Amino acid sequence: MAEQQNKNKYSIIVPTYNERLNIALIVFLVFKHIPDVDFEIIIVDDGSPDGTQDIVKQLQRVYGDDRILLRARPRKLGLGTAYIHGLKHASGNFVVIMDADLSHHPKYLPHFIKKQMEMGADIVTGTRYVRGGGVHGWTLMRKLTSRGANVLAHTLLWPGVSDLTGSFRLYKKSVLEDIISSCVSKGYVFQMEMIVKASRKGYHIEEVPITFVDRVYGSSKLGGSEIVEYLKGLVYLLFTT
Amino acid sequence: MKHIVKIMTFFVAITAVWISLLQTAMIPQSHTWLLPLYFIVSLGCYGLLMVGIGLMQFPTCPQESVLLQQDVIEAKLFLKHNGVDVGSD
Repeated sequence: MAEQQNKNKYSIIVPTYNERLNIALIVFLVFKHIPDVDFEIIIVDDGSPDGTQDIVKQLQRVYGDDRILLRARPRKLGLGTAYIHGLKHASGNFVVIMDADLSHHPKYLPHFIKKQMEMGADIVTGTRYVRGGGVHGWTLMRKLTSRGANVLAHTLLWPGVSDLTGSFRLYKKSVLEDIISSCVSKGYVFQMEMIVKASRKGYHIEEVPITFVDRVYGSSKLGGSEIVEYLKGLVYLLFTT
Repeated sequence: MKHIVKIMTFFVAITAVWISLLQTAMIPQSHTWLLPLYFIVSLGCYGLLMVGIGLMQFPTCPQESVLLQQDVIEAKLFLKHNGVDVGSD
């Protein structure tokens, strides 16, 4: 596999906010699981007060500042613009987007890379809802909400992708640049908007099963108002795509 | 074509069929009048059924949590050894 990958470079963009422990663990696991791959990790930190950036600087001393790039921003400016910000500094021809909270395990990175090479896909998206995938740490209520949201989205949008709000994805850099500029939503809806727009534009999307362990360290960021935001996002996508 | 247009087209087609049924009186009118109600009820049943099936077959992965804990321990050991401050526990 290593020979085939020689010409590809993967830029892994990880937006962070108060993830000092998680970011260290993520970086270690990425280096452990794709040692033979040419990659860089771009950490977009939104001015975390917990010293996330100090940890990243320590990691740079261990792994090298050509492999770990810290591209900080002064304050919380939103997820969508974090990706755009990271993308500006990406030197790879592929971009991987993942969460910093360890719910996305770097051990799946080889699956994404392999799937992309086998199928020549423009986007490979991780899905929790197929055989081999799964979720751990969700209450019944959370599962119910998730299933309801999914059925609603599939009935209304026919997106052709089983996990719309998952955010562990690999993109061809040109494809990500093309779709990200037209996406305006925030949070979960942003992930859905990206994949629906990509699907409508006719990009080749493949899926790989991933498991999702709800955050181990730090508190979960799901609030009640997100359901309202989700419904608004659905209507927005109905009328614009 | 915007997606809402596709869905509206679908509804217009259904409505057209319904009105033509009303006009031609192929089945008794009292039945025809109730058809939209049946349609909405069956749509709701479909939704509930899909959510129910989804919930029953919801894939879980308790073993992954254990594996992750092992990874965390391994990572902390390595990082601490290399001078990265990962806390004291």
